[in-house]
Amino acid sequence: MSPEPLASGRPPGQRRRLLLILLQVAIGLLVLGVVALLVSNLQVNLVRRGLELSFDWLGRPARFPLPRGLLSYRTDDSYAWAFVVGFVNSLQVVVMGLVLATVLGVIGGAASFSKNWLLRQLANLYVAVARNVPPLLHLLFWYVVVFLGMPAARNGVETLAGWLRLPISVEFMALLIGLTVYTGAYISEVVRGGINSVPRGQWEAARSLGFGEGRTLRLIILPQALRAILPGLNSQYINLAKNSTLAIAVGYSDIFSIANTTFTQTGRSIEAFALLVAGFLAVDLLISGAMNVLNRLVLRHG
Amino acid sequence: MPAQFFKKLAVVSPLLLLGLAGCATAPEEKVSLLEQVRSRGELRCGISGRLPGFSYLTTEGTYTGLDTDICRAVAAATLGNPDKVDYTQLTAAQRFTALSSGEIDLLSRNTTQTLSRDSGGGNGLTFAPVVFYDGQGVLVRKDSGVTTLEGLEGESFCVGGGTTTERNLNDVMQARGIPFEPVKFETPQEREQAYLDGRCAAITADRSSLNSSRSGFEAPDEHVILDEGLSKEPLAPATVDGDDQWADAVRWIVYGLMSAEEQGITQDNIDERVASATSGADQENAALRRFLGIEGDLGGKLGLPNDFVVQAVRAVGNYGEIYNRHLGPDTATFIPRGLNAIYTEGGLHYAPPFN
Repeated sequence: MSPEPLASGRPPGQRRRLLLILLQVAIGLLVLGVVALLVSNLQVNLVRRGLELSFDWLGRPARFPLPRGLLSYRTDDSYAWAFVVGFVNSLQVVVMGLVLATVLGVIGGAASFSKNWLLRQLANLYVAVARNVPPLLHLLFWYVVVFLGMPAARNGVETLAGWLRLPISVEFMALLIGLTVYTGAYISEVVRGGINSVPRGQWEAARSLGFGEGRTLRLIILPQALRAILPGLNSQYINLAKNSTLAIAVGYSDIFSIANTTFTQTGRSIEAFALLVAGFLAVDLLISGAMNVLNRLVLRHG
Repeated sequence: MPAQFFKKLAVVSPLLLLGLAGCATAPEEKVSLLEQVRSRGELRCGISGRLPGFSYLTTEGTYTGLDTDICRAVAAATLGNPDKVDYTQLTAAQRFTALSSGEIDLLSRNTTQTLSRDSGGGNGLTFAPVVFYDGQGVLVRKDSGVTTLEGLEGESFCVGGGTTTERNLNDVMQARGIPFEPVKFETPQEREQAYLDGRCAAITADRSSLNSSRSGFEAPDEHVILDEGLSKEPLAPATVDGDDQWADAVRWIVYGLMSAEEQGITQDNIDERVASATSGADQENAALRRFLGIEGDLGGKLGLPNDFVVQAVRAVGNYGEIYNRHLGPDTATFIPRGLNAIYTEGGLHYAPPFN
């Protein structure tokens, strides 16, 4: 603090607080002003081009075909419904991806603490390779090399779809596996960090009580590591949700791909993108919310 | 510390506000793109870049094709130099945004002219004359024995996203009650790869595009384009809505290329014809003199040099020459002229009078 003489009779603490509040208000107004300017600018320019924002088109028939998905869709359904179908298609990949990537990540993370040398090295190799390859390449590898390149893999997917009675396509599987393998590597590292944060003494104590390696990990270490793991998992989950938009590269009709077709057909790019952003915000907030609840539960009981 | 910070803030914030106010009020008087292109000294042209015959990269690292020649003709007519073009490769989904955001001046990217794309309530484009009359077709393997759309019942179709083809395919198949499974891709390359790997029984796209794709296959003869057409696809260059001066200039440059073919004016004989019309046998041919910009001010009315047609033809040749260079019988991407002949030869290209 600079030792300035006080002009007013107020005590210095109070004066400073007042200034800070004023500053907050000023910055708040500034931000609001900028947003208002941008919105009015957009509005003015759109009106000038005869393109007022409107969502009327959402009720019109979409008329573009989509592959079979979880929800039934006919081409005379509305654009709004097409968006819902895309949203559910995205959600399907995201939810299944979250579960599988978590399983893979926990296995990978735990394996890096194994006494078995081979297992440890395999876990390290997996993390090193999967984490250092961009997600798009993961998807293209599974799609082009595995599913398109090997007819056996494609037949496998068809058999699986028949078994599960789910509309699973090669595109869906490529996206799911690609995202799972990529995100699983990151989750492995999060899990490894969490396990590392548990003091060595806990391992030694468990060993001295006669616990085997697997039971030590399952019953003693992982429950304690959970606190450190959960916040890191949250951001990996959100990453997975966001990376799911790469679906377009492997021909899967997710919400992004459908928004894309919609805006080239209707010319409503701003509205279509607003819906897209809202959709992703919903997914990500949902994930974050669920993880926060989980986090609180763990902190209270764990 | 805080006192200093406030002083700084007090100085900076009015400047900031001023700057923002400037942003908000700046784009009031719109300068025509024609003027902008001229003062920039370069035409920014949006192309596909992946479609042999229309626009693709040669081994020398330059773009070539019918679509890029339109860009070159416009650059020659407006700037006097066909090489002053800055090409931007765009996907089908990107193209309209690139145009409306002002990233490109001219879209010359096998774009189908439709009502929605033309209208202000749709994509807000202004179309120049059609430079290629196309139709949507279906490409299948020859050994599949398929000859009609009915033969593809229940099969997968590889289609391009963000194009009119998705909707056309659906319209036709629905009307005829043929179920099918679409697989949508962003670029032609992904679509071709998936088809060649056997993911789809058929690809659907504009015939011109299928023709180009097939020319790049290892064994082009093993694939056929079905005789059935799914739609009309008039492909035309486009400019942004609301800039009439620029749209008019582009329109008449394209018409100039077609009219030149009709009058037998070619890249080779253009200088002779100009000389002959200036002070030779054609001296009394007023229509020709106007067309070549020797008499009157047709170019000036458009805001172009009077000899803009001469510049364009000298740079790329007339429409027929452009067509033959990229899609003629001597090319790997041969497409018979059919509807794309000049109207005097049974085609649809018909330039209004230069009066």
